[in-house]
Amino acid sequence: MTSLILKSLTLPNGSGADIEIENGRITQIGSVSGSGIDCAGLQALPGFVDVHTHLREPGFEASETILSGSKSAAAGGYTAVMAMANTSPVTDTAEVANLILDAGTAAGFVEVQPIGSVTKGLQGAELSDIKGLSESRSKVRMFSDDGVCVFDEDLMRQALIAVKAFNGVIAQHAQDPTMTFGAQMNAGALATELGMAGWPAEAEESIIKRDAELAEQTGSRLHICHLTTAGAVEVVRWAKSRGINITAEVTPHHLLLTEELVRGYDSVYKVNPPLRKLEDTLALREALLDGTIDVIGTDHAPHAREKKECEWQNAAFGMVGLEHAASVLQEVLIQSGASWERFANVLSVKPAQIAGLENQGQLSVGSIANIALIDPAPKRVIERQTNSKSINNPFAGITLPGQIVHTIFKGRFTVKNTQVQEQQ
Amino acid sequence: MRHLTSIRELTKDAAISLLDNAQQLSQVNDREVKKLPALRGKTVVNLFFENSTRTRISFEVAAKRLSADVINFSADSSSVSKGESLKDTAQTLEALGADAIVLRHPLSGAPKLLAEQDWISASVINAGDGSHEHPTQALLDALTIRQGFGLSHNLSGLKVLIVGDILHSRVARSNILLLNLLGATVTVAGPRTLIPTGVEQMGATVNNSFEDALSAKPDVVMMLRVQKERMQGEFFSSTADYSKAWSLEGDRLAMVGKDALILHPGPMNRGFEISSEAADDPRSQVLRQVSNGVAVRMAVLYRCLSGEQL
Repeated sequence: MTSLILKSLTLPNGSGADIEIENGRITQIGSVSGSGIDCAGLQALPGFVDVHTHLREPGFEASETILSGSKSAAAGGYTAVMAMANTSPVTDTAEVANLILDAGTAAGFVEVQPIGSVTKGLQGAELSDIKGLSESRSKVRMFSDDGVCVFDEDLMRQALIAVKAFNGVIAQHAQDPTMTFGAQMNAGALATELGMAGWPAEAEESIIKRDAELAEQTGSRLHICHLTTAGAVEVVRWAKSRGINITAEVTPHHLLLTEELVRGYDSVYKVNPPLRKLEDTLALREALLDGTIDVIGTDHAPHAREKKECEWQNAAFGMVGLEHAASVLQEVLIQSGASWERFANVLSVKPAQIAGLENQGQLSVGSIANIALIDPAPKRVIERQTNSKSINNPFAGITLPGQIVHTIFKGRFTVKNTQVQEQQ
Repeated sequence: MRHLTSIRELTKDAAISLLDNAQQLSQVNDREVKKLPALRGKTVVNLFFENSTRTRISFEVAAKRLSADVINFSADSSSVSKGESLKDTAQTLEALGADAIVLRHPLSGAPKLLAEQDWISASVINAGDGSHEHPTQALLDALTIRQGFGLSHNLSGLKVLIVGDILHSRVARSNILLLNLLGATVTVAGPRTLIPTGVEQMGATVNNSFEDALSAKPDVVMMLRVQKERMQGEFFSSTADYSKAWSLEGDRLAMVGKDALILHPGPMNRGFEISSEAADDPRSQVLRQVSNGVAVRMAVLYRCLSGEQL
């Protein structure tokens, strides 16, 4: 029997306690006798769950592998990630899903749960084998064509109906392609000055509105990936007020960064949907505080150097984010006076519910020991290099609060004293 | 000043001092021996990813008048067509001894990127990038306007009207920024589909009628070259319709004040956006713009490569 005691930590509700872990499960929370690891000053939280991670394997291993992405996730305090389907081959069959699941288990740093694609090959023409994926060993519950929008309205309706049978969810990348052809950045005065095609807010908002109505008609679960505009927040607020079964996510970068960063044409800031204006960022923060936005999804999107070291228009969309989400959230949420319970809800409890991960999002006696321990005190300048294989890190050089000190996945330290722990 | 990729990089004083230098250098053009030793031993590479014989020749003449060595590198006949990246191309040119890279690129921002990344230490001068900027064009236009009105300093109080396809025009963008910096007021006029969102925030008033804009008696009428292939379908119904509403000709030419200047960046489409009558009018500054182009580019090359004013 392996046993571990975490001493003198702070629980999400603010009270002090020790935690005892035996055989991968939490066996006691409170005052535990015996010696253990001193966690004084550390905030204990249920291990984080990312509903939106691009692990790039299979197909794009030059950018990231399931192993490197898992380590990066652990370093960020995560104990589970949802692996997006835009791999090569696309995760549109049980075989690909199981391959990802098994590689994640073999890596052993976080729970890696595959997301199935909504349409075959992300082509937007024909539904994937949604039933087969749901009944596979991987028990796929979340489906997304992320990277592209499911634009065909009838196909979206059919997909929503298909996932209802097993309480699954469609995660939509809301982007009307007819309004965003060749788009490079947020539409508006800055895009005009910089001479680049704009990505208007309406292209996001119109799809969310349409899909909210479809979710209402079908009674199915709809999740909106990466909200970016003040208008999109209003649409989600409206949909929730109607009782529609909708959840929404925001990325760390859209909470912190704005389109002004595009001025240097450094494609590390090129992302889809694009960085918006400060007023959008402020609306997203407010929506996260008031619960209109449910969760943080990192949209961790690693890219090999050559995909970014080029002209803006030729560069790939996307940025990494797994290792800075908690710090960004601390900056946005805790500094605004929100509680660590709310923090835990946004980064762990709610994402686990949306994703249908039963062993995540809990910090209670009897639950699997998936725990993140943060030291909220330090301020640090973010370095470009992380545990990811890629360095397209937009937070490099920014000062952010907090540091993940330990991450415990199924009772094992994946990160100890800020260092990623290789498997024995 | 090490690079010039955008008018945004210039302060008002820097712009005026560049124009002063260009004014002095323009006199070299009138000498019998049109050459100064200022950049002897320096190598300037004209790196053109897009054809533009006029701009390339203008930079070449400017560099040669300052005694620099000039290499012309045309991207379509090079390793770039085999997939070489901008970074590798630029580093290769620097390894060959380039002190300055004059970059023309079809994608907005390429010169800025090359200047700001730590790929090379050579100076980068923007010779036109996508629909972003063409800063030396704006400087030569400003010099032409200054000379035309016998001004010795800024362009305070002048009214400038820019006409045509503002949406795709890098010349318009650089001019809007520079003219505002120098104290002029700018109006842009063109079909609604060719006026970009938010151009007001760059410092231009929008007018959708050429006649209406002319009745405000602008001091300068700047006609933009129309790229005919862009005048089809979504932007404008037909080339004939475009000319009818937006060509500087006939009654509209008559509305231009007798002391006003007519500018065009060239090459002109005579009979399309500008009539021959207007192009050859005494108020037309087209050829002076060309010779001022050499002077302005000499001033910019000198400033970037020597780090000094004249």
